[in-house]
Amino acid sequence: MTQTRDPHIVHTGLPRALWLPALMALGLILLPVLGLVVRAPWSRFFTLVTSESALAALELSLRTGAVSTLLCIVLGGPLAVVLARGSVPGLRLLRSVVLLPLVLPPVVGGLALLYLLGISGFAGYALDVAFGVRVPFTTTAVILAQTFVAMPFLVVSLEGALRTAGERYESIAATLGATPWTVFRRITVPLVLPGLGSGTVLSFARCLGEFGATIAFAGSLQGVTRTLPLEVYLQREVDADGAIALSLVLVAVAIVVIVVGRPRAVEGLQ
Amino acid sequence: MKRLVIAALAAGLVLVGCGGAGSGASSPARVPVTVLAAASLQSVFTKLEPQFEAANPSADLRFSFGGSSDLAQQIVNGAPADVFASANEAQMKVIQDAGKVTGTPQPFVTNVLTIVVPPGNPKNIHSFADLAEPDVTEVVCAPQVPCGAATTKIEKATNIKLSPASEEQDVLSVLSKVEARVADAGLVYVTDARTATGKVQEIDFPEASKAVNIYPIAAINNAPHPQLAKAFVAFVLSPDARQQFTQAGFGAA
Repeated sequence: MTQTRDPHIVHTGLPRALWLPALMALGLILLPVLGLVVRAPWSRFFTLVTSESALAALELSLRTGAVSTLLCIVLGGPLAVVLARGSVPGLRLLRSVVLLPLVLPPVVGGLALLYLLGISGFAGYALDVAFGVRVPFTTTAVILAQTFVAMPFLVVSLEGALRTAGERYESIAATLGATPWTVFRRITVPLVLPGLGSGTVLSFARCLGEFGATIAFAGSLQGVTRTLPLEVYLQREVDADGAIALSLVLVAVAIVVIVVGRPRAVEGLQ
Repeated sequence: MKRLVIAALAAGLVLVGCGGAGSGASSPARVPVTVLAAASLQSVFTKLEPQFEAANPSADLRFSFGGSSDLAQQIVNGAPADVFASANEAQMKVIQDAGKVTGTPQPFVTNVLTIVVPPGNPKNIHSFADLAEPDVTEVVCAPQVPCGAATTKIEKATNIKLSPASEEQDVLSVLSKVEARVADAGLVYVTDARTATGKVQEIDFPEASKAVNIYPIAAINNAPHPQLAKAFVAFVLSPDARQQFTQAGFGAA
């Protein structure tokens, strides 16, 4: 959403009292990263981040993150439309429910998934009996955990975009005889593409950073369930340098994702 | 006006700061003794606390339990601590190498691995070799952490190769996966299995003796309260404490 400045409004200057806390807030975000950079074992950096276990973790993180983000779009997108445009009773409650993974500690989400899809959970038991499928300890479990925690980012961004866009164009299209599907495809989707873009970027970033739900639900095994954050946490046990190097890889990936993806998403894909 | 507000805020901060210190001063005789201890020591150390404080009325024990490697890193990075009780000798060596220990750390207990299974032992597991059966989903600790290193040692000594479904970060994660029955079996320390009695069943195996974990304890160099730190180390090594450790499943060092 680009916000154009209204020339008729006189812009007052910023109150100077805001600068100090604003700088402190910025410092709190930036300085710890600087701490990592300063402490990083630069001479061994390349060796550390290209070890077999590090590459396996990076590859797994990117692969599961991509699939999870796709799931967020395919499932969360329609949910956002329903929440923004639907007229079902209890919608307001549903909106709060969608926020649950955002405010829950991820490890709680992981335990919840474990007690649903583990063999002692009703869904897990049914899956095992009916199809012989066991979800925990598989890459599928990692994807479920990531989708669980990242979904609200997509839904909230997209729902916000839908509400801001309003229903004017859609109603006009409908009065001109367009079917609901055509309206959705030709009006709604193009209108909210920027919101979808920023939601996608945020979801992907959240997937890459996922730790608690994954370790609680999927376990930790190289190449199968041990994503980059889990590898960092484990590496820390034996080699702090290795953990710092891998942390920087995560920071770099996160910066690339946000710097490259976010402004474009916010400004719209013209 | 603005200045007044800022002054009031500053005064508030100072008051809050004083409040923290003031609450400690309400019992002037007691000084805090900070003990950083391996998570597996939590139940016994917590039980020992009143005994130690009764014998040393000036001491107010404060525990911080966690993974030994985390605690070692905290000490190396300057966390204020009087005593460190590690679950293995490697992490004690980390703080020794950083010059944080004077004298020799004292081994005080040992711990060995045991197999845990869900109650009723549905997969009928009775030996270490049973874990390697293809239809058994077993969960172990990652080789990078002490319990996982012990597992690897036993695998080598017995020539039995496990293919675990997951290599967890710590024993509690292994335990919780067996409790949730998503794993058919797990390898944890005897003392961890004892804390989950009823939720898991313990199956001891003789090969566990191939990997005995030794727990050392030491007073920290430049401890804020060196006398009380030494007193606590001595107390942990005493026969009184020994009895508590034995009850919890620890072996004698």
